[in-house]
Amino acid sequence: MSDRIFGGIGLLLAAIFAWQATIIQESFLSDAVGPKTFPLVIAAVMALSSLYFLVKPDPEPEWPTMGRLAEIGLAVLVMIAYAELLPEVGFLIATAVASAYLTWRLGTNPLQSLVVGVCTSVGIYVVFKLVLGLSLASGPLGF
Amino acid sequence: MDTLASLADGFVVALTFQNILLALVGCFLGTIMGALPGLGPSNGVAILIPVAFTLGLGPTPALILLTSVYYGAMYGGRISSILLNIPGDEPALMTCLDGYPMAKQGRAGEALALSGIASFVGAFFATWGLVLLAPQLVKVALLFGPAEYFALFTLAFATLGGISATNQAKSAFAAALGLGLAMIGVDTQTGVPRFTFGEVHLYDGIDFLVAIVGLFALSEVFIFLEHRGSAEEEAAKPKIEIGRIVPSWGLIRYCTPTMLRSTVLGFIAGVLPGAGASLGSFISYSIEKKVVDSSGKTFGKGDPRGVAAPEAGNNAAAGGALVPMLALGVPGSGTTAVLLAVLLSLNITPGPLLFSQNPDVVWGLIAALFIGNLMLLAMNIPMVGLFTRVLMVPPRILMPVVAMISFVGIYGISGSSFDLLVMIAFGVGGWALRKLDVPLVPVILGTLLGNEMEVNLRRAVTIDDGNYGILVGSPLAIALWTIAIVGFILPIFVGGILKRRMKQAHEEGSLTD
Repeated sequence: MSDRIFGGIGLLLAAIFAWQATIIQESFLSDAVGPKTFPLVIAAVMALSSLYFLVKPDPEPEWPTMGRLAEIGLAVLVMIAYAELLPEVGFLIATAVASAYLTWRLGTNPLQSLVVGVCTSVGIYVVFKLVLGLSLASGPLGF
Repeated sequence: MDTLASLADGFVVALTFQNILLALVGCFLGTIMGALPGLGPSNGVAILIPVAFTLGLGPTPALILLTSVYYGAMYGGRISSILLNIPGDEPALMTCLDGYPMAKQGRAGEALALSGIASFVGAFFATWGLVLLAPQLVKVALLFGPAEYFALFTLAFATLGGISATNQAKSAFAAALGLGLAMIGVDTQTGVPRFTFGEVHLYDGIDFLVAIVGLFALSEVFIFLEHRGSAEEEAAKPKIEIGRIVPSWGLIRYCTPTMLRSTVLGFIAGVLPGAGASLGSFISYSIEKKVVDSSGKTFGKGDPRGVAAPEAGNNAAAGGALVPMLALGVPGSGTTAVLLAVLLSLNITPGPLLFSQNPDVVWGLIAALFIGNLMLLAMNIPMVGLFTRVLMVPPRILMPVVAMISFVGIYGISGSSFDLLVMIAFGVGGWALRKLDVPLVPVILGTLLGNEMEVNLRRAVTIDDGNYGILVGSPLAIALWTIAIVGFILPIFVGGILKRRMKQAHEEGSLTD
């Protein structure tokens, strides 16, 4: 069933891709092939392989339980928040919070996770910013 | 002689203080990454690319650092195979079969040292193979026109799923997905935007580094979140006494024929498209078993030759895989695809011209491989105890560090939150694709080579006034198309059998505990 759904999504993706390819504005200075041909070939390959999934799906993979899916979803949300807030609050705080959260959810006890999170953040800061001189996001506090 | 002179020049490039230091750091980090289950050569190199890039390293030093990581990871994979019966990375799978039984007999130190030597033999001779074979392949590649290149790219995609692929439709889908992603952005030839949905951030296209780090490194974090607290994590504590570390001369001599045979097989597997290191070690192990232990008495029960064979094989394959990547610009495995990304992001086009335009890069890199190999031998025998201690870092602490370094690297390049969001999307997508058994390497290769492939198609057809027949217009092109078609169809018949054998072999091994 998963492969069938995947095939459906693949077909949809191929259709959108092909449609987007046909509305590419061609300039009058085009070469013999033009900017549309290759994308259309790609869409065709994508559609054909998706059809194959629909017709001949593989055995069902082992999907995680709802709880685990929610776990992954929450981690994604934390990462999105991290990406958005990084320039606002600065590298050290954002990284400490995000890595503490991930460490906690991977099975460390809460207090230890906090320590690990802070250590990870400070460690990366020291190695990448102070030793290697990378530019990390600096928040209002300057770090 | 020409080759040797170039190699000597290469040593001049590689033997600067900075480059030696980078090789040392790369070998050390690589061994650690190889040893840690969950971090392998491809995602190890992936998270370091942005770092090397933002450090402002030149092409040669950056490549030296990252290929040292690549070689190092190939060495490191064996450590957890032998001590924990968990392969540190995929190519080290076969090393579990005899390595872990040896460790249980109290000969872990011997197994580690012997496999270290076997890795050295494999990698050393494979690097010589690279020196000798790559310039020959360059001569052939110079005959390639755009039509042949287009056929060659198709060949790479057709065979990338590998001979052990079970579902070629999934490989094809992955390749199409990657190529499609590469189409996003302004068309280089006519200047019109494609697939950008009016989003300004997408006009430059999707940075393949963002895609690589998301697909390889972040998806691993999600896999760990899904499986946290499973038995594997609990078992990840080396409890075994290492024992003596220096193997006797007798043992080394006893295993020498095995190492040499496996090196040759591994190297060939590495050079061929779609094979790579995992298959190299598998072939070496199975053939060695047939040659020296046809009745199956000792292999799988702690035979030292069963440790030497896959390790020599996978390290030789790692060297062999560099041949098509450097000479043709078409990688045949995941990690070499990542190394190709390094070259492209440094504005170096690999392929035949690389050897004439940037000889310092190529030969400096090859010389650095020789130096790195010696370093790795030195690191992996006396200091192997240090690396076994690294295995005590539990994944619950390690994986967040991996995630954070990925974020730091990507943010360091562009300083934009948008790229981080794209990377997260790739991480989630990569996780889903892995669940569905869709290979990720064709996706990466597609994003890397998509534009180049299209340019060659358009150039070939334009030169011939819009005649698509030019694509099959030369014997060379026809040969490439034939190999591509055979390479795509063959696994449909033999792939299932091969994959089952690889699985079986491993399960037999773990039955012994």
